[in-house]
Amino acid sequence: MEPLKTRKAGTGPLRIVAIRVLRFATLLIGVSVLAFVLVLNSPVDPIQAYIGADANVTDEQLARLREYWGLDESPIEQYSAWAHAMLQGDLGTSTLYKAPVAAVIGERFWASFALMGAAWVLSGVLGYLLGVLAAFHRGRLADRIITGYSYALSSTPAFWLGIIFLAVFAVQLGWFPVGLAGPAGVPADEVTLAQRLHHFVLPAATLSLIGVANVAMHTREKMTDVLRSDYVVFARARGERGISLFRNHGLRNSIVPAVTLQFAYFAELFGGSVLAETVFSYPGLGSTLTAAALGGDVPLLLGIVLISSAFVFAGNLIADLVNAAIDPRVRNRI
Amino acid sequence: MSATVKPRRRAALIRSLVLTGVLVGAILAGSVLLDDSALTSSIESRLLPPGLDHPFGTDHLGRDMFTRVVKGLALSLAIGVATALISTAISTVLGIAAALSARWFDNAVSWLIDLFIGIPHLIFMILIAFTVGGGIPGIMLGVATTHWMALALLVRADTKQLRDADFVKVSRGLGRSPWFIASRHILPLASPQLVVGFVLMFPHVVLHEAALTFLGFGFSPQTPAIGILLSEGMPHILSGKWWLAVFPGLALLLVVLCFARLGDQLRARFDPRTANG
Repeated sequence: MEPLKTRKAGTGPLRIVAIRVLRFATLLIGVSVLAFVLVLNSPVDPIQAYIGADANVTDEQLARLREYWGLDESPIEQYSAWAHAMLQGDLGTSTLYKAPVAAVIGERFWASFALMGAAWVLSGVLGYLLGVLAAFHRGRLADRIITGYSYALSSTPAFWLGIIFLAVFAVQLGWFPVGLAGPAGVPADEVTLAQRLHHFVLPAATLSLIGVANVAMHTREKMTDVLRSDYVVFARARGERGISLFRNHGLRNSIVPAVTLQFAYFAELFGGSVLAETVFSYPGLGSTLTAAALGGDVPLLLGIVLISSAFVFAGNLIADLVNAAIDPRVRNRI
Repeated sequence: MSATVKPRRRAALIRSLVLTGVLVGAILAGSVLLDDSALTSSIESRLLPPGLDHPFGTDHLGRDMFTRVVKGLALSLAIGVATALISTAISTVLGIAAALSARWFDNAVSWLIDLFIGIPHLIFMILIAFTVGGGIPGIMLGVATTHWMALALLVRADTKQLRDADFVKVSRGLGRSPWFIASRHILPLASPQLVVGFVLMFPHVVLHEAALTFLGFGFSPQTPAIGILLSEGMPHILSGKWWLAVFPGLALLLVVLCFARLGDQLRARFDPRTANG
């Protein structure tokens, strides 16, 4: 009896969570090392980027800055000092905005979060429904339209779709403003919610539409498998069809893969939001990242890379855990 | 195998191959044949809408957009092929090595795959472009190091299956080295998978390359890359010059769509298991 008992304890849910969380931690450390090594080897001189065009800096001051920032120490010492500060919430100072990185990121985080959150939910729901519709009409007109549409969409450059939206809805039709998070010249805290929403629609729509194709095509496959299964054939023989067939048999068997996929979509979503934010000059993390990389702002660049990676890894972690919690086959396999 | 393939599917594959071939041929021929003089700026032909002389219109410097788009696509294709080749090579080496090596190495590779799947790709590409200092090498390195994971997983799974096949066991029993087994036994049998993986990867590579260029990493502003055409055109697009937006993007979309379709059909032809036709 004894060995059986220990084995049972060894595969319990706590152990699964522990393994996943440990993997999450190692991946995050991996990204931080990778990002740090890459930045360390970049041709950008952090001192030069910091002082900018200020020519009144003496060599002595330069040397003191180098020492202050620990630029003469070995890479490993630099990394550990940086990681240590990082763990205490100190992300350094942005050379571009002359403000703490944490504050710069914090200011823009919610703008990006709202954008990506809206796109995540919208693309998930819309994609799932289109996928279900396509599967129920497989081979017929509705399926062809949805499949063709998804195909075209997944081959569309995300930034180009944004530009087209901008050209059509903002420039030609004038329904929406051209960019930014609020009207130009109005202080951020005086922008009304309606104005915010007005500026929010186009970037969110761009990001949502791009995300639809993936979920739609996977759901179509999954649902087609479900519809070909014995239990659905039997249910059809009993006279079930349409909505009731979907509710009783289709939904539960196809929603979990769709949700998992949507969580794994975090990585793509971040890339999409960089592009959408740049096209619409929307002041979020994505456009700031581009500015940081083009402007040689190393601390800000590192901060955003880490935050976004942590976000994506957390998404994958949640997907794994949700999967394990819901599906007993997955639960027993881990 | 060919007897089991539906003739209709085969016809569709051939159509796709011919269409993609013609398109690529036309772009390459066009980029060689089109006169560079259409790219010199001229004040009197600034921002002309599409017409007989300029099918795609002209830009803010009076350059012919059709010429720029064709040359941009040729550049995209060339860089895309080189990048996808690098990526395919990474997938092949890591996939086969992981399957044939010790367990710790296999685990390390799968950790690496998780790592690269997890990093937001565009953000990582920006980081690489930053490190390399932009330009074509930055784009190629950034895109190549973020597209190898899916294919590496497939190659690894295939290699694991082959590793346990009788002929490989015999070969190992005869004292053949892992290198011999990898290059003579595994690689030839994995090559269809590699070709399909390459073609499937290609559209993503081209799209990401265009995105990076659009954001301002990579080429100098004089280079006619699709991303640069669009980012340069932005201010004029905002004042209603729609042709600057529509044609470059549509042309890129068409090329990407062709390759995406071809990739899916090739996958269905060579590997019906993973195809969702």
